[in-house]
Amino acid sequence: MKRAFSILLLSLPLAGCQGWQSALDAQGPSAQALAEMFWIFVAVLGIVWVLTMTALLLALRRRRPADADPLSTDPGTERRMTITVSVAVALTLVTVIALTGLSYAAQKVLFSHKDGALTLLVTGQQWWWKITYENEQPNLVFTTANEIHIPVGKPVLIKLESADVIHSFWVPNLTGKMDAIPGRQNQLQIQADRPGIYRAQCAEFCGLQHAHMGMLVVAEPKEDFERWRNHQVSSAIPPNDPERQRGMEVFLSKPCIMCHQVRGTDAGGKVAPDLTHVGSRRYIGAGTLETTRGNIAAWIIDPHGIKPGVNMPTIQLEPDEVQPLASYLEGLK
Amino acid sequence: MRTLLILPLLAFTLAACEREDREYRSNPVTAESQEKIALVPLSAGPGGPTEQRSGLGKEYEENAFHISQGQRFYVWFNCNGCHANGGGDSGPALMDDRWIYGGQIENIVQTIREGRPNGMPSFRGKIPDDQIWQIAAYIRSMGRNVPKPAAPGRKDDMSPGPAEQRRPPGEVIDGGQVPPSAQMPQ
Amino acid sequence: MTKAITPHELDAVPEVTRLATGERGGVSGARSEADYSPDPKELRDDQVDGPELTARLAKTWGTQKGLIGALSTVDHKVIGRRYIITALFFLFLGGLSAVAMRLQLARPESSLIGPDLYNQLFTMHGTTMMFLFGVPIGEAFAVYLVPLMVGTRNIAFPRLNAFSYYVYLFGGLMIWLAFMLNIGPDVGWFAYVPLSGPEFSPGKRADIWAQMITFTEVAGISVAISVIVTVFKLRAPGMTLDRIPLFVWAELINSFVIIFAMPAVVTASALLLMDRLVGTHIFNPAEGGDALLYQHLFWFFGHPEVYIIFLPATGWVSAIVVTFARRQAFGYIALVLSLIATGFLSFGLWVHHMFTTGLPQLGASFFTASSMLIAIPNGIQIFCWIATLWDGRPVFRTPLLFVIGFFFIFVAGGLSGIMLASVPLDAQVHDTFFVVAHFHYVLIGGNVFPLIGAIYYWFPKFTGRMMNERLGKWHFGLAFIGFNVAFFPMHITGLMGMPRRVYTYLPEMGWGNLNMISTIGAAVFFGSFLLFLYNIVTSARRGPLAGPNPWNAGTLEWASASPPMPQNFDRIPIVTNREPLWAHRDSLPVAAGLSVENREQIVSTVTAGRADLRESTPEPSIWPFLSAVAITILFVGSMFTPWALVWGTPPLALALIGWFWPKAGTEDER
Repeated sequence: MKRAFSILLLSLPLAGCQGWQSALDAQGPSAQALAEMFWIFVAVLGIVWVLTMTALLLALRRRRPADADPLSTDPGTERRMTITVSVAVALTLVTVIALTGLSYAAQKVLFSHKDGALTLLVTGQQWWWKITYENEQPNLVFTTANEIHIPVGKPVLIKLESADVIHSFWVPNLTGKMDAIPGRQNQLQIQADRPGIYRAQCAEFCGLQHAHMGMLVVAEPKEDFERWRNHQVSSAIPPNDPERQRGMEVFLSKPCIMCHQVRGTDAGGKVAPDLTHVGSRRYIGAGTLETTRGNIAAWIIDPHGIKPGVNMPTIQLEPDEVQPLASYLEGLK
Repeated sequence: MRTLLILPLLAFTLAACEREDREYRSNPVTAESQEKIALVPLSAGPGGPTEQRSGLGKEYEENAFHISQGQRFYVWFNCNGCHANGGGDSGPALMDDRWIYGGQIENIVQTIREGRPNGMPSFRGKIPDDQIWQIAAYIRSMGRNVPKPAAPGRKDDMSPGPAEQRRPPGEVIDGGQVPPSAQMPQ
Repeated sequence: MTKAITPHELDAVPEVTRLATGERGGVSGARSEADYSPDPKELRDDQVDGPELTARLAKTWGTQKGLIGALSTVDHKVIGRRYIITALFFLFLGGLSAVAMRLQLARPESSLIGPDLYNQLFTMHGTTMMFLFGVPIGEAFAVYLVPLMVGTRNIAFPRLNAFSYYVYLFGGLMIWLAFMLNIGPDVGWFAYVPLSGPEFSPGKRADIWAQMITFTEVAGISVAISVIVTVFKLRAPGMTLDRIPLFVWAELINSFVIIFAMPAVVTASALLLMDRLVGTHIFNPAEGGDALLYQHLFWFFGHPEVYIIFLPATGWVSAIVVTFARRQAFGYIALVLSLIATGFLSFGLWVHHMFTTGLPQLGASFFTASSMLIAIPNGIQIFCWIATLWDGRPVFRTPLLFVIGFFFIFVAGGLSGIMLASVPLDAQVHDTFFVVAHFHYVLIGGNVFPLIGAIYYWFPKFTGRMMNERLGKWHFGLAFIGFNVAFFPMHITGLMGMPRRVYTYLPEMGWGNLNMISTIGAAVFFGSFLLFLYNIVTSARRGPLAGPNPWNAGTLEWASASPPMPQNFDRIPIVTNREPLWAHRDSLPVAAGLSVENREQIVSTVTAGRADLRESTPEPSIWPFLSAVAITILFVGSMFTPWALVWGTPPLALALIGWFWPKAGTEDER
């Protein structure tokens, strides 16, 4: 038992450091500070735990004679125990004050907002994220969904809103979470120090598909980011191979357009994710399935098999319409 | 005596089960539902027109989840653009007892699916069948023609009137008939 | 064990008690209320003795046979036993729902349980464990044990107490019946708006949750009042404030916390119901309402709730530590003061559940400090218990084993709580499985482990039979291992980014193995409870007879028979020490002079515990049960129509009129 426990304890730091959605695999200054602080807390509190348990185990030795009167106390022992307990309480107080101070210092650093290089409006919806890149120039404002790109090394300001219930925006590798609450706007700053793809997930229970409300944060060098942004601003390029053209026809004649938007076509729905460049995103279904032609087809045919309760309906498609539709969407790079 | 007690309890139980079901996965293979319903209660001979209903309507209009989904789609698909919150604008009001093309849920489904003259577009192929049923169920709840425990409460936005579940229970006049309350003074 | 007090012994006890013995005169300053002329027709307990006295008192205080008798009983032991069994039954149901969830989470993208059912399951699990098990189990033990421990014959307001049990039972049955009918709430035990509001929670599911809160509140506050008055006014003569057993102190503070905390959640759930049913806009931002208001109201209750669950457990731990260390408690005053401090501080920490809602930073850091501060009173308690064990001669029976398990688990949970108190750290781990691990360490470590210890400890008192020690040790081993295997990995899954309340997760997240380990641990943990159940059932039938005081403990409940007679004690004991049975090993001084034919109790003064007057307590009555039925109809009806508040009131009023109808005769106060 004890051995199993210590193995578990040893595996904690190892296991905790991996993962693309891990709080301890810090990739930004804020998460870095938090991870360091976390380990300080673990060390200090671990020592406290070990000391207390040692005291408990030592206390379990039988020190009284078997026939002692349970009401009798030895004044010497009593005094020594009073002093020991008082010292222990005083030490607890000191520890607690030190940790409070540490926490406060970290809090000040964490929540002092620097000027962001970029401002995003992220709106939580049941069960996906709508992302608007704000800009002073109106023609550079655009909307996308479920995938954020940010330049490496630059602080990015995120404004959080909600369209329905409370959601919580959390990119563990970059920083702590912040709720998106209807009727309010919260702000959060993220910054990535290294290029990479970090996963975010809704952290506040928001209904049936709370489990499948993910998002990717792609940190990339400034040039790549600029290229990506300029591409996102543009409308969808009409396809030129026949299969995709057929797919576009299917798309525009089916219920898809009631909810989804593809800029540059007649599809102008605003209540579901913008699909203008859906093929360039790594995942569909709010971080649920990788963007491949097969997955897109599977998603269209039976969304409720993958994400039961999602607002995407099952639509009537002829068998020969699925493939063109999937390849059209996949081609929306 | 005991069966007398148990039967209503059982009925209540089953009603509760159906009212609270969340049936979100519609059958992907069935085509659109076919209902044979009359627009007007007129027919040749006595006995009224022959109708054929699938029973789907009851399933939808007595289920709280379907009605609430309908409430959501009603806004998403811009029904309120013409019908406002049921009070009517450029389109007719939906919360009163006046129905030009029938006020049963099957009539409403048909109206949404086929469209009607003077402005109501056809949503066939635009809105999936189950969502049309959900919207129709919600429209039925506007005049409180659905069971009260299934009718939606207030929405989280500005409310022009009492929530559907707070409205007095409605009585729908069959298709084509104009109730006295809605007739023009002669 | 007991014997009537002799005149020369009387000098050692507070003087007024002499009046209760029926001797008159010679005492100055005696209260006139207590000054009575003996009614020759009425038999007093100094006129009979031995088995005859026991039998007569048992007849006076007993519960009548038959269904009506069972539903009319006001005996705190009968009600307490029902309370305990019901709470344990809900613990079992809550455990079952937890096992179902663990099975679903064992593998990624498992399709065992869909999101709809899963959401209902975790809501039922949280609601059941918090409202139908956590709060009531502490109160249940208070109902059974507090009157015994303070040396009286029944709880104060016994009909209110009976009423509260039925309300609690009906509320619990309502929500579980609703769950079976697919109307189980699916919005979490916290039911945040707007998700639980009218727009996003169609149907009656959230209403069921909110109304269940009302049931448990009415029940909880009723018991709390009974317990407080029992502790303040019904203590045995001589039980001054500093002779009250620590368990009773814990239950007293707990009752105060309940009375002050519960109204906040009633407000929250009532406002939620109004939003849902009547169409008010209290939590609707579009009409000037505020969704965060709900969270403040809920957590103003929700954090003290944690201590409502934990405080009775400190009482169990104190009782078990003292008995099995074979030494009186070290630092009694410090323990009592830290209990009181915990009670006060618990109201100043609620915002640490809301650190990620974007509150002003200065306010948030205040709550960091106050949350960390609560470590101090808890630390004092832990250190005092360890000191008691240190200077004692520990006897390693099952109850003590579970208390040792409590130390290991609860201290770990308390320390991870310090991490959650820090605003920045909380931003990372809030609403992840790290929090799930933390509060299961705190609540299972801080409540369930002491509870099991307490059941092993008081089982002989409840049933008259001992539980099987060998099975008990196996139970402890399995529970301790199973618990840690189930919940320790959750710290890591949480840090690896797994949010709470997800019904599944993607295979590529890499949480699969840890979740599988958790599920295996949960199965072992659940298995240990099956063993426990088996032990309870077999021991209750065939366990060795216990006798009044099998553990050789010091507090008053062990002076009564096992199981206690309806009258608890043949004569009310007189308390001269914190551990009366250790101070008077062979004979316990008692006071005499109470009626044998009436339900008379001694009412004592609040601080000094001097016998003040004799007062008869209520006879059994069916009206509390009928009132509970009437109020259940009103509450359930008002989920469907506000008019239930109108047509539901007359039956309730009738039941209450019947309840309080003045009766002449035996109940007349002198």
